[in-house]
Amino acid sequence: MNISRREFLQMLAVASAAGVVLPGQAANKRSIPPNQIYELPAFGNVSLLHFTDCHAQLMPVWFREPNINIGVGNMKGNPPHLVGKHFLKHYGIAPNTPEANAFTYLNFVEASKQYGKVGGFAHLATLVKHIRAQRPESLLLDGGDTWQGSATALWTNGQDMVDATKLLGVDVMTGHWEFTYGAERVNEIIENDLEGHMDFVAQNVIDNQWEEDVFKPYVIKEMNGIPTAIIGQAFPYTPIANPRWMIPEWSFGIRDDKMQDTVDAARKGGAQVVVVLSHNGMDVDLKMASRVRGIDAIMGGHTHDAVPEPVKVKNAGGTTLVINSGSNGKFLSVLDFDVKNGEVRDFRYRLLPIFSNFIEPDVEMGKFISDVRKPYIKRLNEQLGVADEVLYRRGNFNGTFDQLILDAMLDVQEADIAFSPGFRWGVSVMPGEPITFEHVMTQTAITYPTATLNEVSGEQIKVILEDVADNLFNEDPYYQQGGDMVRVGGLKYSIDPTAKIGKRITDMELNGKPLDARKNYRLAGWASIEKREGTPIWDVVTEYIRAQDTVRIKELNIPKIKGLGKNPGLAEV
Amino acid sequence: MKRRSFLKGTVASSMLGVAASAGLLTPQSILAAWPKAAFEAKDVDDGMEAVLGSSDVTESGDINIKAPDIAENGAVVPITISTSISDVESIAIFIEKNPVPLASSYDLGPTAEGFISCRVKMGKTSDLIAVVKSEGKLYSAKKMIKVTIGGCGG
Repeated sequence: MNISRREFLQMLAVASAAGVVLPGQAANKRSIPPNQIYELPAFGNVSLLHFTDCHAQLMPVWFREPNINIGVGNMKGNPPHLVGKHFLKHYGIAPNTPEANAFTYLNFVEASKQYGKVGGFAHLATLVKHIRAQRPESLLLDGGDTWQGSATALWTNGQDMVDATKLLGVDVMTGHWEFTYGAERVNEIIENDLEGHMDFVAQNVIDNQWEEDVFKPYVIKEMNGIPTAIIGQAFPYTPIANPRWMIPEWSFGIRDDKMQDTVDAARKGGAQVVVVLSHNGMDVDLKMASRVRGIDAIMGGHTHDAVPEPVKVKNAGGTTLVINSGSNGKFLSVLDFDVKNGEVRDFRYRLLPIFSNFIEPDVEMGKFISDVRKPYIKRLNEQLGVADEVLYRRGNFNGTFDQLILDAMLDVQEADIAFSPGFRWGVSVMPGEPITFEHVMTQTAITYPTATLNEVSGEQIKVILEDVADNLFNEDPYYQQGGDMVRVGGLKYSIDPTAKIGKRITDMELNGKPLDARKNYRLAGWASIEKREGTPIWDVVTEYIRAQDTVRIKELNIPKIKGLGKNPGLAEV
Repeated sequence: MKRRSFLKGTVASSMLGVAASAGLLTPQSILAAWPKAAFEAKDVDDGMEAVLGSSDVTESGDINIKAPDIAENGAVVPITISTSISDVESIAIFIEKNPVPLASSYDLGPTAEGFISCRVKMGKTSDLIAVVKSEGKLYSAKKMIKVTIGGCGG
C-alpha cells in the first residue's frame, strides 16, 4: 500500500485515460488505490472546488470521525447520520482502505498510522493546483470556519488564514466563526484583504435597523462562457450560538424566502448554474433544498459531515444536489457540471480525502506556513504531557479530549459539575504522542475563552441540558443549531433523543445521588456568550496536563442513551 | 420605527405611532383607544374575543408569517404578517405562551394592503398566531418561534 511521494507525482504527471470509479458504478465494493485517488479527468464546462470548516488547520492533522452521529425523525438512518460500518455499507466502501480511514472512526489508530495525517494547506494547495490544471476556469469555494480554530489564527486575529486562503486562490467564501472576531474586524478584512481577490457572500445577513444586506448576497462568475451564480448562506444562528455582542447590528436566520428571491434574481441576471455556498449544516441544507426552487447544488458545511455522494433532493423546481465536504482540512470536493443550452445536463462529483503522505506539499504554501508559525513555534511546540489513549472530540455526546478538558475544569476549578461546549472542531492526538500547547489550542482557540464558575441550581442544570439537547435533536432541522451536545463532567444522566424538549433528560445523578432541583451546585464552564473577563480555558487545561506525567482518561462520561432502538448513527466502541 | 411600515404609511396603528411621536395626539387620546380587556386576557381565545369579538377562526393558507425559526433576541423578535385575503379589517398577533398572549392588533383602513411588520417580545418558545379579520370572519395561521439559551454551537 505504501507509495512514495515521488512515485505518486510521477503518476500524477501521467494523464490517465482510465476512468475514475464513481460511487455506485462499481459492481464490487469501492477501493480506490492510492495512486488513483486523485485522478479526476475533467468533465463538463463548469467546475467547482469546495472545502469547508478547515478551522485554521494549516498543518496536517489526525482527525477521528464520530462513532455517534444520531439522526432522529425522518433523518434517522439517512446521510449524514451514518457511522462506522453503516457508513461503509451505505456507500459501498471496502473496510481497511484509505477511504474507510478518511470517512469513519473504524480502526482509527492503526489505519491512521498506515495512511498518515490528513489535510494541511501545503498539501491542499498541491491538490488544488492539480485539479485546476485540468479545469483552468474552475472556482474554488470556501464554506467558512476558516479564520478560527488554531493558536496562530487567534494570535494573528485571523490574518494567517486570510493570507493562506488568498495564496490558495479561494474565489468565494461565506462565514460563521469568522464573525467571532467582531463586525469591525470582518469588515476590515473584506475591505483591506479580500477586495479584488475574493468575494465574501451571505444572502441571510442583514442589518437589524434597516434590514439591508450586510454582504453581497451572491456573485456571478463566468466559466467557459457559462454564467454561474454563487449565493452565500452564512451560519443562520451565529448570534445565538456565538456572542451576539460581537456583531450587535447584524441579524442572521435561515431566510428561505429571501433565498428564493435571490435564486430568482440570479437566474434573471443570466445565471445558467446556481450554487449555494452554505454554512447551514447538512440537515438544514437538505430541508432548504426541498423548499427552494432553482438551485443546482448546495455545497455545505458546519456540521462537519463528510459525505462521499451528493444527496439528490426533489423540489417544485426540479432536483438539487446537496453536498457536504467534511472538516479540519481533510477533504476537497470537486463538482463538475455539463451545461448545454442554459441547463445543467449532467454532473460528476468526488469528495477527495487529503492524505498528506500521498501528496507532495506545495513549496510556496509550505514556506508561507513556516514563516507564519516561526514567531510562535516555541510556544506551539511546548510539550505538556503524554496521553495513553487517542484523544479526539467528534461525537454527539463526548470525546476523550473533551473529557480531558472536563477533568481539568473539575480539578483546577474545584467544581461539582463541568460543562464544555459541543464544538465539532478540534484535532486528534495519537496514543503516546506528546500533547502540545498547539493541540490544546485546536480545542479551545476562541475569542471568548474565559473559564467560568457559577452556583447553579439542579433545576437550571436540567433546563440547560434540555435546551442544548433540543438544539441537537429537534425533529425539524430548522430548529437545530448544528453543534453537538454539551459535554458534561461529574454529572451522570440519561437521554432519549426521540423525546420532546423537557422530556429528554432523566436520571441525573451526582456521586450516586439524584440531582436536587433546589440545591445549588458549583458549575464550571467556558465559552460563555455573555461578556466575561478572567482566565482563559487553555490555561486551566495546560495546568492540569502539566501536573501529571501521563494523562489518563479515567472514564469517558457518555449519557445512557434511551429510546433509539437500532440506529445507524450510533455505534458502541 | 421600521422604514418599510413608515414608507407604506397605510397601517392604522403605525400611523397612530407616528402621530403620537409627532405630538399630534395627547396620551389620553391614545389611552382612549387602548383595548384594556384584550391586553389583560391570559389565553389566546379570551384575547381574541376581547379584541376581535370572536374566537371562531378558520386556518388559512393565505396568511404568510415571516419570523425567525429561532429568535436571536427574545426581547425584540422581528415579524412580518402579510396576506392575500381581500378587505382586511384588522390583523392581530398572539404569542401563545406569553403571560398576555395578545402582542398587538392593527385596524386597517379600506385601502390598506394586508401587511404589517413589527417586533414582539417573547419569554419562551411559543407559537405565534396571526389572525386576520375580513368581512367579519377570522382567519389564522401560526408558526413556532423558538427561544433558546444559546451558546455551544458549531
